[in-house]
Amino acid sequence: MQNAFGQPQSVLVLGGTSDIALAVTRRLVNDRTTTVVLAGRDEAALARSAEELRAHGAKVVETVVFDAADLASAAPTIDAAFAAAGGSIDLVLVAVGLLGDQDKLDDDAAGTASLFSVNLTWPAAALAALRPRLLAQGTGHVAVFSSVAGVRVRRANFTYGSTKAGLDAFTQGYAESVRPFGILVQIVRPGFVRTKMTEGMAEAPFTTDVDTAADTIVKGLSTKAPVIWSPSILQAVFMAMVHLPGAVWRRLPG
Amino acid sequence: MTTGSQELLSGWGNTAPSTAFVRTPRSADEVVELLSSAKGPLIARGLGRSYGDAAQCAGGTVISNRSLWHLSAIDPSSGLVTCGAGVSIDELLAVALPAGFFVPVTPGTRQVTVGGAIAADIHGKNHHVEGSFMSHVTSMTIATPVGSVTVSAETDPPLFWATAGGMGLTGIVTEATIRLLPVETGYVSVDTERFENLDSIMEAMYTGDADYRYSVAWVDCMTSGARMGRGVLTRGDHAPLEALNAKQRATPLAAPSGAKLSVPFTAPPGLLNKLSISAFNELWFRKAPAKRDGEIQSVGTFFHPLDGVSHWNRMHGPKGFLQYQFAVPDAHGDVVTRAIEVLSSAKVPSFLAVLKRFGPGDPGPLSFPIEGWTLALDVPLGPPQLPKVLDQLDQMVAEAGGRLYLAKDSRVSAELLRAMYPSLDSLNEVRRLIDPNRVLASDLSRRLELD
Repeated sequence: MQNAFGQPQSVLVLGGTSDIALAVTRRLVNDRTTTVVLAGRDEAALARSAEELRAHGAKVVETVVFDAADLASAAPTIDAAFAAAGGSIDLVLVAVGLLGDQDKLDDDAAGTASLFSVNLTWPAAALAALRPRLLAQGTGHVAVFSSVAGVRVRRANFTYGSTKAGLDAFTQGYAESVRPFGILVQIVRPGFVRTKMTEGMAEAPFTTDVDTAADTIVKGLSTKAPVIWSPSILQAVFMAMVHLPGAVWRRLPG
Repeated sequence: MTTGSQELLSGWGNTAPSTAFVRTPRSADEVVELLSSAKGPLIARGLGRSYGDAAQCAGGTVISNRSLWHLSAIDPSSGLVTCGAGVSIDELLAVALPAGFFVPVTPGTRQVTVGGAIAADIHGKNHHVEGSFMSHVTSMTIATPVGSVTVSAETDPPLFWATAGGMGLTGIVTEATIRLLPVETGYVSVDTERFENLDSIMEAMYTGDADYRYSVAWVDCMTSGARMGRGVLTRGDHAPLEALNAKQRATPLAAPSGAKLSVPFTAPPGLLNKLSISAFNELWFRKAPAKRDGEIQSVGTFFHPLDGVSHWNRMHGPKGFLQYQFAVPDAHGDVVTRAIEVLSSAKVPSFLAVLKRFGPGDPGPLSFPIEGWTLALDVPLGPPQLPKVLDQLDQMVAEAGGRLYLAKDSRVSAELLRAMYPSLDSLNEVRRLIDPNRVLASDLSRRLELD
């Protein structure tokens, strides 16, 4: 059960090796979380993360292996995660996604299709599989990791950005569909965060480290804000960015 | 019985809503039938005045007790009355007062049902002399998953006391017999005194409360320094007929009137903030007399000031609010001072806090009152430091051998709750007997891992 501050007892992380999602989960374990299910592709990395969360004080940590390139695995993954958590889950973090190499993706039909599968189609299918479970348990909270890269798509990462734009739009409608039942769905839009996903890349303005991003996200999870921006200044920045003329937008750094 | 419907329910604090299937059985037999055929978790609900998640059952069934409504005649010699669990204290008073009787324990609102009063083992301003609600219940009928039983403190002490404050986890009370208090009038004779700081109020209460049937202090948590915890102490007793003026004497036993004002919609966020609350507290303190004895007040004014405004919880805005109430033994009265200091230095805005003395507690393993002090305060949700500040207070309370009130709680940890209620195991022994398949559960019982 979530308490009055929205602090969950049980958490499912889809994309269970995501640096940001794990940092968020560690903070939740510090508060009221006792049960965590980590679902992801890399079994060995999941096992390491699970061990770390146990050492951090989580009572029950289970892992579920799936490959987001296999679209048929979305519903069975949700089933397995709920079974592992003991039947109900308070908070689901959807942090599935790859950045991709835009230079290679530009002319790569299979690679483009695959990135859309992993970043958009699989998460959307998983959210659809999750919906009846949330309604049946009568409570729940979902946070879907989008990105500022999807707010206004840019040349340097437009394939990634557009998968996130699609997921962001899907989540907005999904949130409305469960709202009457008291279920809160939030969109998380981080800016550039120093993680293993962005290692070696040139940093954008307002870059943060994982811990700062996680602090902002955990704070956002305790509110009912439809969108959690990290850092929060990016909300104002992107309100301006979406109106910039293309000629200016193209020349901005990062 | 109505067929029921899916409803989004929350407590009075409007936090952590969840959906459940709501059924409204019309008889004790129907309650037993629902319990014995239940497939998922199930809990009873009265008027929804618990602040947190006590009367919610996400994904399960919530049984409204409001159609369990019947009332016997009041026995004029003993004051005994038997009523359905869905009768509210307001409804009971409306019948009892004209007959010359008063409900022996009344909380800050009349809008609670008898079933809810038992489930939370509620207390009033007279706990220091007359104990909690269950001290005045002579017997009750409880529908459990293994059938319906009528129990008293003599016939089945374990079930009777586990139900006292048991938050509905031992079954659904369908009927109770209560011993009412004979009164001459529906008025209270009140002594009011204003104090510039918390120490002086606590001293006055510690030495003088025994002389009064009712006593409560309202403390300002937003002042600091020498005026930290300034407040107003009001104490009184039922007024005899000769204390009333001619107009009051014409109808000395009139039932309290209903709400005159209403908050029609949820206030915008931030309406109640540190500044507006400080201003309110200042006004309220200045309004109180420095000292005044023997003022005649109506029951509503003295006991239920907030019942004058219906839906007042909407004032706290869309984020909702919570109430933090703890009790600590006399030896740790300093926790009251430290708690107010912690809240004041963390800049958590809080309305007036209510300070009271408790007499000895009853044997209920989850019954809240213990001899000593109790402090209750409303806190609007929003300040990001609030969760950690309250966790810190929990720790202080637990270390002092104190506890939180489950009818108010919406966020304590399962681990600390166990430390606060050391005889929790005896509740679970009773539950193993009357609910072997663990049908009875609420959002609160799941959050606190009472299952």
